[in-house]
Amino acid sequence: MLRFIAKRLASAILVMFTISVLVFLIFFATPGVNPASRIAGRTASPAVLRQVSKEFGLNRPLPIRYGLMMYHLFIKQDLTSYVNIGDRIIPQITAAAPITLSLIFGAVVIWLLVGISGGVIAAKNKGKFVDPLVMFFGIAAISIPVYWLGEMVSLVTQGGLHNSIFAWVPNGGYVSLTQNPWQWALHLFFPWLTLASLYAGIYARVLRGELINNMNEDYIRTARAKGLSERRILYRHALRCSLISIVSLFGLDVGVLVGGAALLTEVVFGLQGVGWLTYQGLQNLDLPLIMGCVMYGAFFVVLASAAVDVIYAYIDPRIRVVA
Amino acid sequence: MSPEETPTDAVLSVRDLSVSFATRQGVVRAVDGLSFDVGTKEVLGIVGESGSGKSVAMYSMLGLVRDANVSISGSVRFEGREILGLSDTEMQSVRGGEVGMIFQDPMTALTPVYTVGWQIVEQLRAHNDMTKKAAYVRATELLAEVGIPDPKSRVNHYPHEFSGGMRQRVVIAMALSCNPKLLIADEPTTALDVTTQAQILDLMGRLQAIHGSSIVIITHDMGVIAEIAHRVVVMYAGRPAEIGPELDVVRSARHPYTWGLLGAVPRADVKTRRLVTIPGNAVSPLEVPTGCAFAPRCQYRMDICAERPPLRGARDHLDACWLSDEQRLEIRSTVTVRGES
Amino acid sequence: MIALGVLLFMVVVTLLAPLYAHDIAHDNPFASNLQGRIKIGNHYRSVMQANTQGLGLGVTPIGPTWDFSKYFLGADELGRDVFARMLYGGRVTLLIGFSSGLICIVVATVLGMLAGYFGRATDWIISRLLDIVWAFPIYLLAISLSVILVTSGLDLGIIHIGAGSLLLPILIIASVYVPYVARPVRGIVFSLKEREFIQAAIASGASDWHILRKEILPNVAPSVIVFFPLMVALNILTESALSILGIGVQPPQASWGTIINDGLQLLYTRPWVAIGPGVCIVITCVALNILGDGVRDAFDPRAKLRGSI
Repeated sequence: MLRFIAKRLASAILVMFTISVLVFLIFFATPGVNPASRIAGRTASPAVLRQVSKEFGLNRPLPIRYGLMMYHLFIKQDLTSYVNIGDRIIPQITAAAPITLSLIFGAVVIWLLVGISGGVIAAKNKGKFVDPLVMFFGIAAISIPVYWLGEMVSLVTQGGLHNSIFAWVPNGGYVSLTQNPWQWALHLFFPWLTLASLYAGIYARVLRGELINNMNEDYIRTARAKGLSERRILYRHALRCSLISIVSLFGLDVGVLVGGAALLTEVVFGLQGVGWLTYQGLQNLDLPLIMGCVMYGAFFVVLASAAVDVIYAYIDPRIRVVA
Repeated sequence: MSPEETPTDAVLSVRDLSVSFATRQGVVRAVDGLSFDVGTKEVLGIVGESGSGKSVAMYSMLGLVRDANVSISGSVRFEGREILGLSDTEMQSVRGGEVGMIFQDPMTALTPVYTVGWQIVEQLRAHNDMTKKAAYVRATELLAEVGIPDPKSRVNHYPHEFSGGMRQRVVIAMALSCNPKLLIADEPTTALDVTTQAQILDLMGRLQAIHGSSIVIITHDMGVIAEIAHRVVVMYAGRPAEIGPELDVVRSARHPYTWGLLGAVPRADVKTRRLVTIPGNAVSPLEVPTGCAFAPRCQYRMDICAERPPLRGARDHLDACWLSDEQRLEIRSTVTVRGES
Repeated sequence: MIALGVLLFMVVVTLLAPLYAHDIAHDNPFASNLQGRIKIGNHYRSVMQANTQGLGLGVTPIGPTWDFSKYFLGADELGRDVFARMLYGGRVTLLIGFSSGLICIVVATVLGMLAGYFGRATDWIISRLLDIVWAFPIYLLAISLSVILVTSGLDLGIIHIGAGSLLLPILIIASVYVPYVARPVRGIVFSLKEREFIQAAIASGASDWHILRKEILPNVAPSVIVFFPLMVALNILTESALSILGIGVQPPQASWGTIINDGLQLLYTRPWVAIGPGVCIVITCVALNILGDGVRDAFDPRAKLRGSI
């Protein structure tokens, strides 16, 4: 088992390295583009351009440039934005992370609850009315652009109905958990729902498919022959086996979200998490910021992917032996 | 025993069981008028080709057929109690508690994510009021009974850590865990190699003697029947072709289909040039003829076979064939059964 | 089946966009119409009306008239007919969705087949490539590429793609999703390779090319076909996300995503500018997903066996 973990970590590090090189190449080595002006932003003065060139060794060969960038990013941790002069990147990211985590936490709880129960209900009532109904909602949920949904939700809660039914909905923004738990939850309530909707749809559909497949397996027939109740069979046998395949999906989804994939939701609701930060960077073409955010995001995806493989090996006894 | 009498000591008493499915292509009569009895401590073999309805018959009796388009009729009495038509909840106490089942493919019969001990304990506690600890002790005992070495540690192993033969033993242990009066085995050895087959059959025979349960063993292999069955039901196209004590059926089979089955058994000690096969293909369940189901493939068919023959015979050896005993004697003298050329 | 109908409806309607714009609405959805006046009922009203709310600054476009002949959903901030723009935008969105879906599927299938069939070195290279692309969170990769390429175009010597070309979003979106399809294809080819009929073909001396074309491709095709509607839906959603961020389709072209983007400024006064295209996206994607499910069920032989023992 330990060998397996070690191997997995090693390949994770390799992938991280490759991503960093790729990001570097995309932003610094795209042909036909002057890297200095990219870093310094659109409106930089010649003096800034010269400084940037010097600092990032833009006259040096590519590998050295790459090394310098990584050095600034990871070791000295003093990568600064050139749009908001002097703002350090790393602290911005670390300050934004808890917000993103808060958003994801609530959304995860909601989407797991809704998605899993939806999948179970649909599978249990396969063929009857409830089944296609749940599936339709699932399909609708995954067909809605998240950003648009967020705006629609804001429209409803902040628009005409703001003074009546939805007066209690705050106008975006974030309140830290340690500051005021109730406000924290209140501000995050609709963002949670918005973000959760997409994933709930996916999970309900996937789980239903898995459950139905598993209910046709031989071991379910054995369980019935043992005289177990249908309820027990569904939950203890079929669901348990179906959840295994959900785990890897879940791990990757959470990894990607922690890395900032929820940027659209954050922007809509004014939550200044990592995704929001990435968006700001993109808007202003603030390359150091984008670099930092992308590396941060990629790190979590890779970490999550490796973690999922390890957890998978743990919960599925068949894989444990192979690993 | 004739179909009309119901012996008082029969563990299982089936009368006129019919199972049909409504499909888009029409009504499929998977089982058509099956009747037999299983006595205490008796091993009944049900033999037939694939598609003969032998598995469907047993599954439908226990409510294991979950198709919404199925309709089951007839009477099935288990220890005198009618079980056809019981609610699912009522059946749950019968299944596993009073009737144990063993299935064909041991590789997929056990839930992969729980230890074998856990799965046996689950069944024990579903039917008995036991503490977990007591149940685990019993499970370990059962594993020892079926011949699994080092049961104390193996009880905490997962199914994939066992070989096919070992897994089937676990399944047998599980099926016998609640001391059922009846054990139903659906092709228990088909997926195993020949040596393991012999071991498993041997095990089943011994356990049956110890636990005192009756066994219904479903198979397509006459060799298995000869090995452990006391009585045989030969099925064709969902209908009983012949029923009787194993020795009688094997030595003096009455139905041409049984002749075919027996002739199809390759023998190592007899030189044959070709394997004897039954001509034709198994009949599709959608196209079962109105008369004798076997008639299209039967080389002895007569005009009267257009009418479905009733199941009848002397004492406890019955057959569903229009051939008279004289005709049979004549056939037997001209043709040798068992492929001896 | 209904889904197919809905989808076809969408496609047809958007293709007819020019017809609508010129003959029915008599306006040009791409030209600003700040000074225009239209006739509603019996009066004329300005398309851009003075803002009577708040401080009286600025102007507010006219709201939905619910009249098919003009400004069905109202006007946007430049006085353009939202509904007509939506129809035009639909063409762009659907074009991007279908073409990048097609490109993605074709490339992924080829890569998957090559990797699965030839194994070893080929497989290693292709798999590592796929891993790298896949390790990037999709949004980040698409966004990164788009930020760089979309604003300034791609100039690789012989290949020159202008900044505003639609080809850029198409290619970017397509490449981002290639691993998603290529991996399963590779897996299928792997298991196919072990099957007897492939062994037989190899043993009988058939060329690799022949085997790939005649034996493997037909067996991979059903699974790939199932992917197609789903990929189109995903790509449409990705395109709209990119356009909303400003790095997808560039003006003067419009897509559903860009119209939503435009509409966000007017969200609280003229919500329909943003609602309309969003609803279109939802309906189209729902139809695509249902279609995808239907295709998958049609190909799945086990579906008929559900429900028995």
